Amino acid sequence: MNTLLLKVTAIFYLVGALAYLHFIFTLNERSAKVGRMLLLVGVILHGAGFVARYFVAGYTPITSLFESLSFSAFAIVCVFLAFELRYHLRVLGAFVAPLAFGFSVSAAFLPGEVRALAPALNSYWLPVHVILLFFGNAVFAVAFGAAIMYLLMERELKRKKLGAIFKRLPSLDVLDDINYRCLTIGFPLLTLGIITGSIWAEYAWGSYWSWDPKEVWSLITWLLYAALLHGRMTVGWRGRKAAILAIVGFCAILFTFLGVNLLLPGLHTYTNLSG
Amino acid sequence: MSEIVIVGLNHRTAPVEVRERLAFPADTVGHALRGLRERDGISEGVILSTCNRVEVCVLSDIGYKGVEHVKDFLAGFHGVPIGELSDHLYHYLGEEAVRHLFRVSSSLDSMVLGEPQILGQVKDAYGYACEFKTIGPVLDKFFTKSFSVAKRVRTETRVANSAVSYAAVELAKKILGDLTDKVVMLIGAGEMCELAARHLLSSGAKGILITNRTFERAVHLAEEFDGTAVRFEELATHLKRADIILSSTGSPHFILKREDVEAVIRIRRNRPMFFIDMAVPRDIDPDANEIDNVYVYDIDDLNNVIETNLEERQREAELAEEIVVAEVAGFRRWLDSQQVTPTIVSLRRKFDEVRQAEVAKALSALGEADPKTRKVVESLAASILNKVLHSPIASLKRETDGRSPMEMVTAVREIFDLPEEEEEGAPEAAERPPGQGGNVGRQ
Repeated sequence: MNTLLLKVTAIFYLVGALAYLHFIFTLNERSAKVGRMLLLVGVILHGAGFVARYFVAGYTPITSLFESLSFSAFAIVCVFLAFELRYHLRVLGAFVAPLAFGFSVSAAFLPGEVRALAPALNSYWLPVHVILLFFGNAVFAVAFGAAIMYLLMERELKRKKLGAIFKRLPSLDVLDDINYRCLTIGFPLLTLGIITGSIWAEYAWGSYWSWDPKEVWSLITWLLYAALLHGRMTVGWRGRKAAILAIVGFCAILFTFLGVNLLLPGLHTYTNLSG
Repeated sequence: MSEIVIVGLNHRTAPVEVRERLAFPADTVGHALRGLRERDGISEGVILSTCNRVEVCVLSDIGYKGVEHVKDFLAGFHGVPIGELSDHLYHYLGEEAVRHLFRVSSSLDSMVLGEPQILGQVKDAYGYACEFKTIGPVLDKFFTKSFSVAKRVRTETRVANSAVSYAAVELAKKILGDLTDKVVMLIGAGEMCELAARHLLSSGAKGILITNRTFERAVHLAEEFDGTAVRFEELATHLKRADIILSSTGSPHFILKREDVEAVIRIRRNRPMFFIDMAVPRDIDPDANEIDNVYVYDIDDLNNVIETNLEERQREAELAEEIVVAEVAGFRRWLDSQQVTPTIVSLRRKFDEVRQAEVAKALSALGEADPKTRKVVESLAASILNKVLHSPIASLKRETDGRSPMEMVTAVREIFDLPEEEEEGAPEAAERPPGQGGNVGRQ
């Protein structure tokens, strides 16, 4: 996938995000429809770009930072559209689509040329490991959007000053339900992603677990979501607590994904800024 | 000429500091009503005092001058210089006054459009005036009419409905989502709570638990709602089943403290609860609102929330205003008929009909009467009529000193059974014979 195609995709995401934002301000149904169409076209272009790049590169193109950011955006839009189809939560678009735009546009300013694959990455585990994790992250991104919506809505209801937010956002119950569903989908993806990574590490680096910063932060993220899932299932955590944990969890994901790459050197340094 | 006069102030014309100073606490109303009646030219009086408005409604026998008397009374009674008041006071006469009271009772003039409490407050004001015997036939008819107008507005438009209970349903949906698997609990009895419960059930709520200090009352309501009656002592054990709790008991202190709610929410594993506290003083500790997944709204909170659905209620309010206009016209006709001149006219008309009928009867009995006999019969009837009617008409026309011509008019109308100039029959008037209250009131 070349940079130009990604830039075009990013523009679709941008306009899509703007349409959703327009929808949330005006509640004009047409804006939401337009937003969805734009995201759909964007995501199809994006997907086609990945397939093309796969054939050009000869490997799953999720190795460099450029590719990772780009694929993140792709996964987020895919997951959002699936949720929208299932739950008709159009307002979610105003919270999630800007995220997808952010990822794709930052990718578009990075060097995007296809390079020779590092030998360690040349494995069938690459697509399995990476796709599981990126879709897991995308699901958690949706949970993050829903959690922000929950906190906004809860604040209005607690303060009893009901305004624009009250009118626009779905019920607390629905938002909390999204949180739970994302958790039940995202957590297995995250777990499987870490397990496959660990197996792959045994092949590639000779050890299942080597306390590399990325591994440590993945573990932290996993523990956060495990705690949330456990709290929900056993003590009935929900609502505000669950929303805050979903936000903290997503921050951990972002740090694992970006912070570690950019700040902490380790085995996973395939995706730092230089490439 | 007698006029209905209303002098008052409300939340739009006066800040709370002024309203507070002019308010009539319940224990001073009797004294105030008597003071009002002692004023010259004021033959009937009702005082409405709520936190948002003070309205003094009188029947003034001196027309517009009654306004000054009432203003004077308000200033004097509360010891507030009249100069400080005049900017805040409004006044209405005759038809305008009728319209004003009808709008107030129907909650079209309320700060929170359609809020249902005002009608109860107007009824209380009427009750005081009856108790202290300051109400007479005209204001009696006027106030009872305003209740029926309010009732019409409530049943024919959704102004009142959509206020509190609409807000309750909207909030419940935003907190709890789909209501179809949610259980409502009704603690105590209150018109507003019952209305809200009905709305919640018609919006899909699964069932209703009803509790009351008097278990029989709970059973009775449970039958009405097709719900389950619960003993008040067992409230704590059943509370965990309820998602939406409507409360309006007369309890002087909280019936659910923060700790109670904390305990219940733990048992419910944090499934959210929505408490609607319509009681004053409140039933549910407002601090419980700070607990996660617990939302406590009292009546003031709901009234504030209601502003959000103002638009819809404004449309309904337009329908309500049309009802008021029609009712004002009807009442105006009745009021006009209570004046001296139309009373004399209808009195004459009634007797004239009698005269004509009797003359015709007599003439036909006489058979082929010569013109002279006819003339004698006719003039006999006419002169009897004139003589009989002379003193009642003279009394009606006489300048009455200190008492309302309306009373005389009402008495005459009742004695001679004169038709009321109104579209519909007046069942209220039939229940309470006009004139009675007024006569006693002059003692």
